[in-house]
Amino acid sequence: MAKDIVLDVKDLKVEFDTYGGVVKAVRGVDFQVERGKTLGIVGESGCGKSVTMQSIMGLIPMPPGRITSGTAKLDGLELLKVSPEKARSIRGKEIGMIFQDPMSSMNPTMKIGKQIAETLIVHRGYSEEKALNEAKRLLDRTKIPEAHKRASQFPFEFSGGMLQRAIIAMALACKPKLLIADEPTTALDVTIQEQILDLLKELQTEDNMSIIMITHDLGVVARMADQVSVMYAGQVIESGSVDEIFYKSSHPYTIGLRQAMPVNDEQNSTKLIPIEGSPPDLFSPPKACAYYARCPYAMEVCNKQDPSYTMIGETHRAKCWMQDARAPKNDDLHQAHL
Amino acid sequence: MAMIEVKNLKKYFEIGKDAKVHAVDNISLDIQEKEIIGLVGESGSGKSTFGRTLCGLWDKTEGEVFYRGEKLPSNYGPKDYKKFSKKIQMIFQDPYSSLNPRMTVKEIIGEGLKLHGKISDKELTEKVAFWLRRVGLEPDHMSRYPHEFSGGQRQRIGIARALIVEPDFVVCDEPISALDVSVQAQVVNLLEEIKNSLGLTLLFIAHDLSMVRYVSDRMAVMYLGSMVELGPTNDVYFRPKHPYTQLLIQSNPEPDPQGERERASVGIKGEIPSPINIGAGCRFAGRCPHATERCQKETPKWKEIAEKHFAACHLYD
Repeated sequence: MAKDIVLDVKDLKVEFDTYGGVVKAVRGVDFQVERGKTLGIVGESGCGKSVTMQSIMGLIPMPPGRITSGTAKLDGLELLKVSPEKARSIRGKEIGMIFQDPMSSMNPTMKIGKQIAETLIVHRGYSEEKALNEAKRLLDRTKIPEAHKRASQFPFEFSGGMLQRAIIAMALACKPKLLIADEPTTALDVTIQEQILDLLKELQTEDNMSIIMITHDLGVVARMADQVSVMYAGQVIESGSVDEIFYKSSHPYTIGLRQAMPVNDEQNSTKLIPIEGSPPDLFSPPKACAYYARCPYAMEVCNKQDPSYTMIGETHRAKCWMQDARAPKNDDLHQAHL
Repeated sequence: MAMIEVKNLKKYFEIGKDAKVHAVDNISLDIQEKEIIGLVGESGSGKSTFGRTLCGLWDKTEGEVFYRGEKLPSNYGPKDYKKFSKKIQMIFQDPYSSLNPRMTVKEIIGEGLKLHGKISDKELTEKVAFWLRRVGLEPDHMSRYPHEFSGGQRQRIGIARALIVEPDFVVCDEPISALDVSVQAQVVNLLEEIKNSLGLTLLFIAHDLSMVRYVSDRMAVMYLGSMVELGPTNDVYFRPKHPYTQLLIQSNPEPDPQGERERASVGIKGEIPSPINIGAGCRFAGRCPHATERCQKETPKWKEIAEKHFAACHLYD
């Protein structure tokens, strides 16, 4: 059966002009999001995950930003070519967003209910009263107790977890096809994180909505994602189903991330293996493999020629010379993730 | 004798008439020589306040803290800071706001040594260079300013600053939460290695349960200003006694998709209540699945439930 793809991003490249030169923030990113499914995007700060999302939403300031190549189709609509006005009507209506810090994504001087209602007035043309009633219903749907009373409170009267619920209510007001969640639970505690992740899953099933979940927490990815893309230095270096990424990790960076995190096993205490060094400078990114300088498996070819993707499974691919048919067999690499 | 003895420590903040935030409420804890104690809890549970009060950064409302048998003053004056900051140091969470942007790395790291006695510039440079190398930076980074470093490098500067005075006891307040995963492991391994070579004693405050389990010998759990459980790390993590600890550990997602698919949601109710003017009864009663009438009225006592494993809960009477 053909997959039902909501968002299809191909060969996206984004640069920024700065006083220090041109930063190549995104260097050829491809990914697809299926309808009703969750794509997890994993990567460290500076790997280009936020810039990728901003490009899709038409939020890259141009200048200094520049999209130099690529396509991003949302149900056939080319997002990278739309006018700023059209982009504004897509954001909030077709694509919802939630961010890491709930406090700074709300207007502190405006009542919660009114902020949610605003979305409906702008995108749906609702009257103020109808929008406010709908806002209360949405707050109730995100399980905020006493939603009626809460709607007339200000953001400072909400706890972090409650505020994140209100933001989810706002993001889902227009039933978007796609929700982009950028580290939505990083600022929250694990018990509240669990509540929010449960809520997102529940709402996703009800609306058959797709989610892009950006996070650095592999536990959250394991809980939420169907597909995973791992980003490094502006590129996707490995992607596949969540099981493939966790149980058949094939790029040394993915393996490195897993080994840098503690495993909770009482019998078996493995030491953490940090990834030494730091990501490359994107002012002058390496011509060959970007991970070469930090990679424990690096070979001569890795510093000379950029690896292309090798298909490992039907949806599983890695951008690494170790996966090339001509590479020497390395048992370490295959054992490393076990 | 324990290196640090905390007896019934309380720290309240007054917020206007008749309103007090019970940030730390009646905590007792012994910390042994060369031990790493991991302290976990939700935000607002008082773990940072506890750490800062131990270091003398906050005055104590009530209770006592002893360092090697010597009582620490309840309000630190300049002389007390000078005396005890040689022995007790702190590493802060935010590597951006905890370094003065107008000072060079040498000034930041060397300031403690300068304050603690006469030291020639040559000797200071040598010591700072030694510590820069020790934390994985280069001696010629000395003349740079904090903005020239990444988050992980700044955290290393913060570590060097705390350790250059050769303290016995260091409070690490979320030292890795602002860092990327790959860098977290670098910093944790560095702390562990320095702890082993210098024989440091650490209080490691964090909300990342897996990381705390990995680094600590004993684990303490705080909820709403009080300590609810304490014990050997693996006992607390794998055999938690207090209902709060049980729920906390169950809701920690593991990097294992199959396990996560099979794991039912914990569904802990509600959120941490307000710490203002707390009355009697168990603080977790409102969210606890096992709560009875008694829990609402009577504060549970701190008891040893298994060997060296303590909890405050009526379930174990």
